Amino acid sequence: MLRADVVLRLGALDLSAEVEVADGEVVAVLGPNGAGKSTLLRAVAGLLPLDRGVISVDGEALDAPDAGIFVPTHRRPIGVVFQDHLLFPRLSAVDNVAFGLRARGMRKPDARRVATGWLERVGLADHAGAKPGALSGGQSQRVALARALATEPRVLLLDEPLAALDARTRLHMRAELRRHLATFPGARLLVTHDPIDALVLADRLVVLEAGRVTQEGTTDDVVRHPRSRYVAELVGVNLLHGTAVGDHRVRLAGGAELVVADPVPATDVAVAVRPQAVTIHRDEPEGSARNAWPATVAELEARDDRVRVQLAGPVGTGGGGQAGLVAEVTPAAVAALGLAPGTAVWATVKAVDLAVYER
Amino acid sequence: MTTRRGAHSQRGRPPRALVLLAALTLTFLLVPFAALLQRAPWSGLIDLLREPVVTEALRLSLISACLATALSLLGGIPLAWMLARTDFPGRSLVRALVVLPMVLPPVVGGAALLFAFGRRGLVGGPVYDGTGFLLPYSLWGVVAANTFVALPFLVVTVEAGLRSADLRYEDAAATLGAGRWMVFRQITLPMILPSVVAGAVLCWARALGEFGATVTFAGNLQGRTQTMPLAVFLALESDREAAIALSLVLVAVSLAVLLPLRDRWLAA
Amino acid sequence: MFVPGRRLPVALLWATLVGVCACGDDGAADRSGGTASGLDGTITVFAAASLTDAFGEAADAFEEANPAVTVELNQAGSSALREQILAGAPADVFASANPSNMDQVAEAGETAGEAVVVAHNSLQIVVPAGNPGGVEDLEDFADDDLLIGLCAIEVPCGDLGRAVLADAGVTAAPDTEEPDVRSLLTKVASGDLDAGIVYVTDVVAAGDDVEGIDIPAGVNVVAEYPVAALAGSGEPEIAGAFVDFLLSEDGQAILTSHGFGPA
Repeated sequence: MLRADVVLRLGALDLSAEVEVADGEVVAVLGPNGAGKSTLLRAVAGLLPLDRGVISVDGEALDAPDAGIFVPTHRRPIGVVFQDHLLFPRLSAVDNVAFGLRARGMRKPDARRVATGWLERVGLADHAGAKPGALSGGQSQRVALARALATEPRVLLLDEPLAALDARTRLHMRAELRRHLATFPGARLLVTHDPIDALVLADRLVVLEAGRVTQEGTTDDVVRHPRSRYVAELVGVNLLHGTAVGDHRVRLAGGAELVVADPVPATDVAVAVRPQAVTIHRDEPEGSARNAWPATVAELEARDDRVRVQLAGPVGTGGGGQAGLVAEVTPAAVAALGLAPGTAVWATVKAVDLAVYER
Repeated sequence: MTTRRGAHSQRGRPPRALVLLAALTLTFLLVPFAALLQRAPWSGLIDLLREPVVTEALRLSLISACLATALSLLGGIPLAWMLARTDFPGRSLVRALVVLPMVLPPVVGGAALLFAFGRRGLVGGPVYDGTGFLLPYSLWGVVAANTFVALPFLVVTVEAGLRSADLRYEDAAATLGAGRWMVFRQITLPMILPSVVAGAVLCWARALGEFGATVTFAGNLQGRTQTMPLAVFLALESDREAAIALSLVLVAVSLAVLLPLRDRWLAA
Repeated sequence: MFVPGRRLPVALLWATLVGVCACGDDGAADRSGGTASGLDGTITVFAAASLTDAFGEAADAFEEANPAVTVELNQAGSSALREQILAGAPADVFASANPSNMDQVAEAGETAGEAVVVAHNSLQIVVPAGNPGGVEDLEDFADDDLLIGLCAIEVPCGDLGRAVLADAGVTAAPDTEEPDVRSLLTKVASGDLDAGIVYVTDVVAAGDDVEGIDIPAGVNVVAEYPVAALAGSGEPEIAGAFVDFLLSEDGQAILTSHGFGPA
């Protein structure tokens, strides 16, 4: 069980975040670049000291500035898989994996034996003698993993484990990594900026932005109910902030009001709209849509076989963290409606297509 | 279009101005050697080289240079590490002091060594009175003088190597449970080996050519403290040809050591 | 044995050793263009190391008598100076610590006229002030337990020193053979050597830091100091005048005050 209550300053970064990982759990810290994810991981690894807070594994404090406790990195029961793998270039694969065992006093032949066993587990037994320079990206990642696991740490930390791989390899390695992680009994904490990594590998997500945790929960929960623009963009929905006015009405930050089908659960709410649920008309529409408003086309962006239309208007602009609203339509619709930047249109959303949840 | 043989670098021909400057500089360095070769007493050379003066001076020079380099490695690498990796009060001052022997005229260095370790010296005096041990006039005096002037070259080179070393590998080693000493031995040292080699070479060469501090501190006695540079200096007074011959021997020995050093041992 | 009072003069001696180069003149620009003698210009005098102090004073006196003249001194071992002259270094006057170096220069045709001996010198045993080694005579130079220094054989005082020891029948056990007499003297003065053989003038020059012990006249040598104006001189008149000055009453007085024997 890993408990990390990290408060530290590093350059321009002001980090203050709490993360807990139980044995058997995989938690992903997800966030944009510069959010402090790697810093958090380095603090847990002991490569950075805390200013305030506590880091403990199974109740044993590793870093507690108030109590004057700091356990140096090499004495922490952790294993780390680094972004660039960092395999020691002058050692062969098996000697890399054996390194941690030798550091703990195991004799060379025994260490090599155990290391070879780990290499077999990751399917690289016949590359035991290869130097890191001769290994492919995926292979070196597996060696790095074996190396970290060989010392049987209580906590496994992974820093953007798939970032150094090309897209193709990443696809394949993601599944492999998931398999290997499943065999590790301890707590596993990984940091990443790639949401798919998080979705595939993790049980729980912690979203870190600008040094603060903005959201946490199961991957399912976070994806369905994004509470910050970053997550919303990741997941690909429009996110609007507003306050409740009545059971089925939400007033948005910009002043406009939306009618929602579900009862509004709280005073401060977030409203999520999938781009596909926004309909665009040239003239003021009739029909059952309870939410309609005039807007202007700001931008058009072709994506696969769809077009994403950025709409500027009373819904979405100002406050709420999102400027404009994104609608997704077919290219045919764009042509039929004659959409171009500057075109005046009407946008509608059905009340049932608005997801409302507590902010 | 003529191709210039020998002027190829791995990335295509270098700019003309650079080639010109390099050629001029090389000429500046080579002409003195050429002049030396031209005046060498080729006919009597072999006999000259068999003289005890020469063989003893050469032996002393090589032994003291090697010992000085060994001592410099032993003490210089830790010092470089302290300067590169730790942050202690007065670090800039220490670095300046380490570089000082490079800047001081060697004779001044020798005089300072005498004030410190001579028979009436700050440290040398009490040691002599207590144990009768004296550095000057002995081989170890020569080694001390050589080390004093050559050590800074090693420290500066190794410190630069340490500063540019990739710290992430050391982090990785630490996460695997390697304590600081193991990290240094297994990770840092192999990583900085090129700069250690380069520093040792500079150190050895400087020690081999050292004159001012040696003669001032250790004195001059054939067979005991008279190194090659000393022999050359004295020979210039009486026997010009002998001096040239000795100089050539020194050059030849240095080349014999420096030439086999391959690029990749010196490259980072 | 820490003797603080002795430090500064010894340090100054070291400074002299370090700064072996042309120095000598001080503010000739201050002097007015007087015409006491009509001589006007600069000469460079190559002088043996052992003549350092005496020639420094002589140069000052010569400049005072000839306000428009500047004398620059280049001091080193006589053989080093000989080599420089033979290699074509610009010099006007050469003062050697032995006839041999002067003869070589003359044979090469570099002298203008005959060389004249301006001073004599003889050798003396030098010990640090207080004679901590308890040195009494030349016999002690064979003592292994004492720290003994001689000049290297390649320089005049080393050559002469060995001749004296040979005459006295002593097999010396030196610990160092210094490349020039000044560095030997400095090491004795600082106490890093128990005894050495140097010129009488050197003992005088080192003042209170050292003591001299006479060498019996029977075995002692007399060194001659020949001086000559050089053929390649750009100022033959001034060069000649300087040599004359050295032989004059004033010049001789300066030399003898430093311990030299007269011409």
